[in-house]
Amino acid sequence: MSAHPIRLALGLVALMAVLFALSVLIGPARLGLPETLAALLLGQGEAATLVMREIRLPRALLAVMVGASLGLSGAAMQGYLRNPLAEPGLIGVSGAAALGAVIALQTGFAAAFVLALPLAALLGALGAVGLILVLAGPRGSSITLILAGIAISALAGAMTALVLNLSPNPFAANEIVFWTMGSLTDRSFTHVAIAAPFMLVGAVLLLSLGRGLDALTLGEDAAATLGISPDRMRLVLVTGVAASVGAATAVAGAIGFVGLVVPHILRHFVGARPSALLWASALGGAAMVLAADIAVRLIVPERDLKLGVVMALIGAPLFLHLIFRTRTEMR
Amino acid sequence: MTRDADNLLRLDGLSLRHGAHQVLDQVSFTIGRGECVGLIGPNGAGKTTLMRAALGLERHLGHSSLAALAPAARARAAAFLPQARQIVWPVSVESLVALGRVPYLPRGARLQASDHAAIEAAIDRLALGPYRTRDATALSGGEQARVLIARALAQQAPLLIADEPIAGLDPAHQIAAMQLFAALARENHAVLLSLHDLGLAARYCTRLIMLHQGRVVADGPPDAVLTPALMAQVFGVSVWRMDTEQGPLLVPMDVLRDAG
Repeated sequence: MSAHPIRLALGLVALMAVLFALSVLIGPARLGLPETLAALLLGQGEAATLVMREIRLPRALLAVMVGASLGLSGAAMQGYLRNPLAEPGLIGVSGAAALGAVIALQTGFAAAFVLALPLAALLGALGAVGLILVLAGPRGSSITLILAGIAISALAGAMTALVLNLSPNPFAANEIVFWTMGSLTDRSFTHVAIAAPFMLVGAVLLLSLGRGLDALTLGEDAAATLGISPDRMRLVLVTGVAASVGAATAVAGAIGFVGLVVPHILRHFVGARPSALLWASALGGAAMVLAADIAVRLIVPERDLKLGVVMALIGAPLFLHLIFRTRTEMR
Repeated sequence: MTRDADNLLRLDGLSLRHGAHQVLDQVSFTIGRGECVGLIGPNGAGKTTLMRAALGLERHLGHSSLAALAPAARARAAAFLPQARQIVWPVSVESLVALGRVPYLPRGARLQASDHAAIEAAIDRLALGPYRTRDATALSGGEQARVLIARALAQQAPLLIADEPIAGLDPAHQIAAMQLFAALARENHAVLLSLHDLGLAARYCTRLIMLHQGRVVADGPPDAVLTPALMAQVFGVSVWRMDTEQGPLLVPMDVLRDAG
């Protein structure tokens, strides 16, 4: 019933590599393949090199990083909560990161320097983590974690709406609305640099949960008697998801469905083992965001179609299909 | 305190309250190698809480030798089969049984030869060979119970603590499971299991502990515990008893009116 893990890994890496290459090759500046490669690898042609190295390469890299972070976070959340409908936004980090960014846009702080916006978003995410750790406590259950997350998401959503509501500046309001749709357009290596450390820490933390998530297949009591500490796992999970999703939201805005749909698609291929689903979902998430970011540029190249919108348009029907399929599997 | 190597579990004055309700009240006993101990008592007597507290899964007063261990050491000292038979994801039977090896795996390590041997032995012992690659969530309730017992055996801990492991099984699988627990005890392991079938308890357990309102009211060989007086006092039932060649037969007959 499950494909060989090595074959699955190779398949996903190959898919990712192809999509990465396509992402680098596609753009409004019409460059031929030899020209592109020469610019990218050898730095030949000043304008082409600028386009390749300063625009397309960071964009493709960010797609990989954001997608991998979201896929990995989603798989970890679903494994920990033992619920296929869990997603990384559940603990309120993405909502709080968005709030931080929105406040930065509204106050004009975002225009102060390049990294002002992502830094404000990271600050928002950090606030959410602090709040959730206070609310869900060191000895809370997974239910308190969900409830605390819902409360924080609702609060962040309300505050974001309030900022929009009271915004005296229609231009800022417009900018906020577009930002929350999520995009990888016009990102630079500065964005890669600010997101990478957080995503790396997040990935290391989340990948370390594999054994514990496997044990949780038997329920919390059985896992605890297998030497797993659910309290420690919750702390690592919240920190890991916050670092990954906070950084992803900070550089790309709100991008939904990746963390929900990717683990769902791949679960079957890893024999449903939560530990194997972690790395598979990271690779799958990277491929999915790369694909969506290519679609954004191909469908209506003259308009700035937002990544989050396309992702939701792909993700929602896919998710409906999956629900329809699981309905027959889960009696 | 001298530590007796033969004692796999020592409880000393274990007490636990939920609000005003005293769930466990000064429970003390030890379990040594070779014992198959049946924990009996009416619903709400505190059997599940006793097991969870003994394993350190609930805050308690008093001492439990298992709860005092670090989680990793405890996982090698005792395996636990919770009452709720949870299998969350549709993993294969083989991967589920392999979860019993989690305490022996350093993070990220692959299964070693000794792990595979333990998994194979557990699969063989519960005759799960034909189910090996099947999706564990698609099995019947009784089959899932056997897969989970195999998982606990793969853990290779000297003590097995099982909360109502035979509830909901058909008669043949109930007897097979009790024979397995008795055999484990004879192999110098020990088993602590809660159960409601007094006849099977009398036939397969070497010792019974009767719990009533959080207190141990009787502890000893089955014949000394399953007396008409205690059955009336604790369970509020009259019991019909017959001794056969295959052991005693105990059938609850009637609810006693004055049972409190």
